[in-house]
Amino acid sequence: MSFTEEIENYSWSTVKEQIYSKTADDVRKALSSNQPNLEDFQALISPAAAPFLEEMAQKSQALTLQRFGKTIQMYAPLYLSNECQNICTYCGFSLDVKIDRKTLSDEEILNEVSVLKSYGYDHVLIVTGEANRTVGVDYFKNAIRLLKPHFSHIAMEVQPLDETDYRELIEEGLNTVLVYQETYHKENYKKHHPKGKKSNFNYRLDTHDRMGRAGIHKMGVGVLIGLEDWRTDSFYAAAHLDYLEKKYWQANYSISFPRLRPCAGGVELKSIMSDRELVQLICAYRIFNQEVELSMSTRESESFRNNIIKLGITSISADSKTDPGGYANPNVNLEQFEIHDKRSTASFIQAIKDQGYEPVFKGWDKVLQ
Amino acid sequence: MNADKLRIGDKTFNSRLFTGTGKFRSNKEMEDALTVSGSELVTMALKRVDVDNSEDDILVHLPKAKFNWLPNTSGVRTAKEAVFAAELAREALDTNWIKLEIHPDPKYLMPDPIETLLAAEELVKKGFVVLPYIHADPVLARRLQDVGVQAVMPLGSPIGSNKGLRTDDFLRIIIEQADVPVVVDAGIGAPSHAAYAMELGADAVLVNTAIAVAKDPVQMANAFRIAVDAGRMAYHAKLGVASSQANASSPLTAFLD
Repeated sequence: MSFTEEIENYSWSTVKEQIYSKTADDVRKALSSNQPNLEDFQALISPAAAPFLEEMAQKSQALTLQRFGKTIQMYAPLYLSNECQNICTYCGFSLDVKIDRKTLSDEEILNEVSVLKSYGYDHVLIVTGEANRTVGVDYFKNAIRLLKPHFSHIAMEVQPLDETDYRELIEEGLNTVLVYQETYHKENYKKHHPKGKKSNFNYRLDTHDRMGRAGIHKMGVGVLIGLEDWRTDSFYAAAHLDYLEKKYWQANYSISFPRLRPCAGGVELKSIMSDRELVQLICAYRIFNQEVELSMSTRESESFRNNIIKLGITSISADSKTDPGGYANPNVNLEQFEIHDKRSTASFIQAIKDQGYEPVFKGWDKVLQ
Repeated sequence: MNADKLRIGDKTFNSRLFTGTGKFRSNKEMEDALTVSGSELVTMALKRVDVDNSEDDILVHLPKAKFNWLPNTSGVRTAKEAVFAAELAREALDTNWIKLEIHPDPKYLMPDPIETLLAAEELVKKGFVVLPYIHADPVLARRLQDVGVQAVMPLGSPIGSNKGLRTDDFLRIIIEQADVPVVVDAGIGAPSHAAYAMELGADAVLVNTAIAVAKDPVQMANAFRIAVDAGRMAYHAKLGVASSQANASSPLTAFLD
């Protein structure tokens, strides 16, 4: 049994209709429940919940404080390669996008490490495109070996791998894997991923089952907001999370909310999510699940990020570079996307402290696996 | 309530009240009480059943067509003994269902979690439908589920104590996390305790002492039947909760305006 079978229990159109027919009473019930379920989650992300946003924010804040205290975990993405054999209609690394391609050598990786360490980072997130021949399991093993002496926690956001690959990487010291389904709408997924290994919807959908069986410590789930109706897609992500938590109950989980922005020449978006709606989604997740890590990148603006740390987010990056080698030698021609909040790490952690929160750099230890 | 059937392993039950067969004044009274209770699953200690005598008194009073038999391993102290007892029960009573209980401590009869997990794994492999009696330990419940038991039976308080659900905070977690039915076993001393367990979302309760030692076991059995139905109904109807108050100002979301 894996999530490709579980997902058959849901029909996209029915789920969508359920969400859009939720009423204020359903939202009130969800807000007063001690143990919100997936149906309550539907109410919390529905249009009917919009007038309850402040109440949701209050509840999300209180639940987050109770579980996590006034702390925010800091992490830094480390782009190792922008080579990619996939075509993804929305991505700056897509095979058909004319950019310079680069995969970091050992020396270049260590140069990046020096910069990240000088900023204080201890949790690192490896990011690559999908180029299995040059940037496959052997490359990742080597990278983890290089990084391990310098970081307490190593996460990766790369192509989905086989169970045995995950086992080997965990052995090397990998702690966390983030794989976002992008969209749970199968037909639309095919449209956005017409070429490359990534076009296999089901292989990607079962990735978390493979890493769960391999015994990964933490896994990340999410959708690329904008490819489909964000409410319906987010429901599927929550159902995925719910399924995984029950099945791989010794693992930890993380959710993030990458939001595509409309831009000239870019992919046509199915839905555009407002700031208000993003806050609604974040709070809905927290009310639905008190333990899950809610993570935010530098895609969002300075002001949004300043405010959101009090509302349920527990993990955040700052001063990120999305071009391989960009911390030591920035090169915009290699970027995946342009980040929005460009403050330095030092200035961002000051902003966290100004809100009365503690930025945490080390929240894990090498001895834990 | 007819649609609300409970399924465990290969069997379906209309009644969510499971019963025991110990401590009754007479087998006749036991039969009368258990009949009124509506119970469709009754547990009996293998040690109490005379396996060499097919006309054993207890069994005669519990026709298999009406009551499904759930032999238990009461008396064993280790996984090894439990597996042996279960195989004996399967042979003698012609059922692969087993209530696994291993309590080496004769005073409080606290279940041994380590031996229970070992025995459960072994029994599942041997083709038994295993219902382990455990402390209200959510991690143990999950570990047992992982090895393939068909239900878990956490205790509400020490067996025979009639103290009610002293473990309710942990029972809630077990119920929330379980993929298999949760049967609250031990400690249920009054119909209100049974109703409470059902309101929490337990799939069934097992009651023995409270019925057997009541002044009028037949009437008490009837009271438990009604209480279990009422609790289940309340669980479906969703208990009301106090609504939270709205705030006049919007300190957390004003930045979005």
